[in-house]
Amino acid sequence: MSLDQFKNPKIAVTVIALFVYLVGVPTVLVGYPYLLGIITTASVLSFIAAGVWLTFYIGRINIGQGAFALFGGYVTAILIMRLDVSFWLAMPIAGIASGAIAILIGLPILRLRGVYFAMITLSLTETARLSAQSFSSITNGASGIIKIPLPQSVELFGITIIPSFANTNKHVAMFFLGAFLLVTGYACLYRIINSRLGRLFRSLQQSEELASSIGINVPMLRIIAFAISGLYGGIGGAFFVASQQSIYPATFQIQDSIYFMLYCFLGGLGYVFGPLVGTFVLFLSFEFLHGLNEYQPFLYAIIMISFMIWLPNGLLSVRLPRFDFQKRFGGGS
Amino acid sequence: MAAEAECMAILELRGVTKRFGGLVAVDNVSFDVEPRQILSVIGPNGAGKSTLFKLITSFLQASDGSIVFKGKDITKLSAHMVARKGVVRTFQETTIFREMTTLQNVIVAHHLRSKASLFGFFFGSPTARKDESRFRESSIEILEYLGLSNVQNEVARNLPHGYLRGLGIAIAMAAEPEILLLDEPFAGMNPEETNAAVEMVRGIRDRGVTVLLVEHDMRAVMRISDYIIVLNFGRKIAEGSAAEIQNNEQVIEAYLGREEDELMME
Repeated sequence: MSLDQFKNPKIAVTVIALFVYLVGVPTVLVGYPYLLGIITTASVLSFIAAGVWLTFYIGRINIGQGAFALFGGYVTAILIMRLDVSFWLAMPIAGIASGAIAILIGLPILRLRGVYFAMITLSLTETARLSAQSFSSITNGASGIIKIPLPQSVELFGITIIPSFANTNKHVAMFFLGAFLLVTGYACLYRIINSRLGRLFRSLQQSEELASSIGINVPMLRIIAFAISGLYGGIGGAFFVASQQSIYPATFQIQDSIYFMLYCFLGGLGYVFGPLVGTFVLFLSFEFLHGLNEYQPFLYAIIMISFMIWLPNGLLSVRLPRFDFQKRFGGGS
Repeated sequence: MAAEAECMAILELRGVTKRFGGLVAVDNVSFDVEPRQILSVIGPNGAGKSTLFKLITSFLQASDGSIVFKGKDITKLSAHMVARKGVVRTFQETTIFREMTTLQNVIVAHHLRSKASLFGFFFGSPTARKDESRFRESSIEILEYLGLSNVQNEVARNLPHGYLRGLGIAIAMAAEPEILLLDEPFAGMNPEETNAAVEMVRGIRDRGVTVLLVEHDMRAVMRISDYIIVLNFGRKIAEGSAAEIQNNEQVIEAYLGREEDELMME
């Protein structure tokens, strides 16, 4: 009984949020492409950050997501430009390719913990950037791959499922693509965390030794989590290739990797929607504080430090006491 | 008798050796464990007891020798595979899943019994749902059996200290062990608690589980053990029943000297 009471407001909040996001935002902002673009970018950044969050969930600090986004971006750009593959096919391929690379890289490095793993992942982003610069025969080096066409239309039995982005309002179309990624990405993440797979991931985070003593294949689960993280990064990278119509070695840098990590911290590592909230708050405030110019990083730093001191469990932890309160009384009666 | 024991053994150690650089922590140790036996490994601090446990459960790899479980060599398997075969350990320190409730701790430990695939769990297939409710029931049963029902919804990190070891055993039991290795199950307990714990370990054995334990509490060891292995400096110096060990000159000399009085009282 108490569970049902508990669930309803949750569903209501989700439905309202989805309505505002999917209907309200594009309706209101259709005339303001710049603002709509910011929301779109924040959506996809939060999608990429979701992958980082999953690696945090198994107890690993991941500062390498930029590498997977960059890799996915290049895979997409090369498929479209050299092999004439449709964007709609290139995007999932990019995701899978990034996931596969995550498996290869994860095999040796996921044995490391704590600051050692963090350092290795940090260097991954730089490695990816330098590789993109050096393999100029495929990546076109520092001048990047430019003039990438917008996503084409998709037709099935003569019915247009997705209109060509070039012939519609590009900004609205991009928004819906970003929104699609955000909604499906977080729905999958939510499902993973609340299925038994999530519980197994949580057991790794809390004690890998105990987990393996009860027969949990710890190395494999770590790889699965890291591969999913890479998949999110690759698909997110593919999106930016479509929206910016270009990719350079500097499209994703160490700074971006660090931001992905910060989004997770800010929103809260204990909450599936932590990276979502963290990305929107941080990215939007970043955009709106643009006017402060040189004082911006300073203010930014103050915000971050305040969070570490007063809200170490992230923004979403503000709600936690009330939640507990309800639960206790609901369960008690 | 010896021949009979050999063919009945559920676990056989043959010349198991572990070297850390120049140090030999476990030196050529061999013994058999019979099914449904309570076997204790004792010895002074640093005798290699805990190392031996880690070798059996593959948390460490043996430098030499072999460990055979039900006729199959498990020496080179990884830790989680050994657990899957049915050789499960508990931990000396209070290693638990701290941020989960008591019940969740035990449910997670049912991992091995799952019939549904990970995709099944993702999509909530009927098999996965059946698994979930089965695990829940079985977890509640285990907690009841170990007297932990009253704290099943507490977050593990908030549990009173006395419950943590019980929870450790509950987690191990959920993995359906055929051999359960208990690392100092009675450490830090008062006589009353020890009595209850001894009964609990016997109960686990009566459920058909073979129990190996490392323990310092001599009274408890002498009371509970069907068979005792004595280690000193990594070598096996004696084995036998409680009475045999108590009267073994070598054991008294090498190890039990300071605890002799206590032993004789038993």
